[in-house]
Amino acid sequence: MPSAHSLVQLAIDFGLLSIQAVGGGAAVIPAMQHVVEGTYHITPDEFSQIYGIGNLAPGPNMLMVVILGNRIAGLGGGIVVLLAFLIPSSLMCFVAGRLWDRIGDSPWRRAVQYGFAPIAIGLMASGVYALAKSSTTTLLTGIIAVAMLGMILRTKINPTLLILACGLVGAFILPNGVLSKVLAPH
Amino acid sequence: MPARQVSLATIFQKFATIGAVSFGGGIVAYLQRLLVDDTKWLTDDEFLTKLEIAQTMPGLNAVNMCILVGDELRGPIGAFVGATAMVLPGAIFVGVMGILAAQAHAAYPVAHAALAGISAGAVGLLSAITWHTGKKQFLKPLDLALLLMTFVLMSIVKWPLWVILLVMGPIAILAYRPGSKGNA
Repeated sequence: MPSAHSLVQLAIDFGLLSIQAVGGGAAVIPAMQHVVEGTYHITPDEFSQIYGIGNLAPGPNMLMVVILGNRIAGLGGGIVVLLAFLIPSSLMCFVAGRLWDRIGDSPWRRAVQYGFAPIAIGLMASGVYALAKSSTTTLLTGIIAVAMLGMILRTKINPTLLILACGLVGAFILPNGVLSKVLAPH
Repeated sequence: MPARQVSLATIFQKFATIGAVSFGGGIVAYLQRLLVDDTKWLTDDEFLTKLEIAQTMPGLNAVNMCILVGDELRGPIGAFVGATAMVLPGAIFVGVMGILAAQAHAAYPVAHAALAGISAGAVGLLSAITWHTGKKQFLKPLDLALLLMTFVLMSIVKWPLWVILLVMGPIAILAYRPGSKGNA
């Protein structure tokens, strides 16, 4: 059983990630990966898998934090991490919504909005880098990633279906997959 | 219909439905259809203003939208019900998936291959989302410079995120200060 202390630490870590998620959930992926690797020994590989699984579920794909919490500290960890990741930013947004009429037309407000847009994209690019560093290190996985990118940009097929297809393709062609069993010398 | 007459049960049911069917993302589009087209709880302008707040503030855009819309319809309790309804179905789903994946991973080698495929696919997906969201920023020299500086600080220099935000934020805001070229 996780100690109360570790649950408090989890809540603090993900609460801090919550208020740093400027530009949406995807922008906080690289920081989250650093935190869970450094403090909770979730390997980059496992983090990438968990992010991938998050894309199979409905709702915001950053709900995958539930899996992180669950792996770190069981069911209680999953619940604590979910609440810690959602509540601080939600409270800030609530207050901002109430105050917006007063600051909505300020040119400084626009400066903040325009200024943080490229920062958020840079962080998302870092997220891609963080995931790619562990999960697209071979030719075959690289091909899957590039094929996925092309399919998302060029077709209107639902991303969840495409992620499932990637899993299926992986189950056949990647190491430990069906083909490696069939082709392996006996 | 005056917005305040929307019941909490209705808010929960509508948002939970979106939370349960939005496989593959696109939640903002679902919300727009619900709030502007179907129920007319919000005008187009109101929706876009709320979206702007949701995107400017930290946190998940979809959850922030539920907070703002719930507050508009029924005050703080509406915000709570709306956000809870949005995340509950996906949170349960993803929690179960996580447990199943861990069990499969432990029991079947082929699950390693499937999960490796899913991870690789997720890299492609996040690349696509990053390009799609940031097309404007990638193509504008000032934004591209800010973007690359942020990337280098995060991925190469590996500063903590809050330090990056404290350093890059003021630089970017100054670049877009009132009266500057990008903020006329």
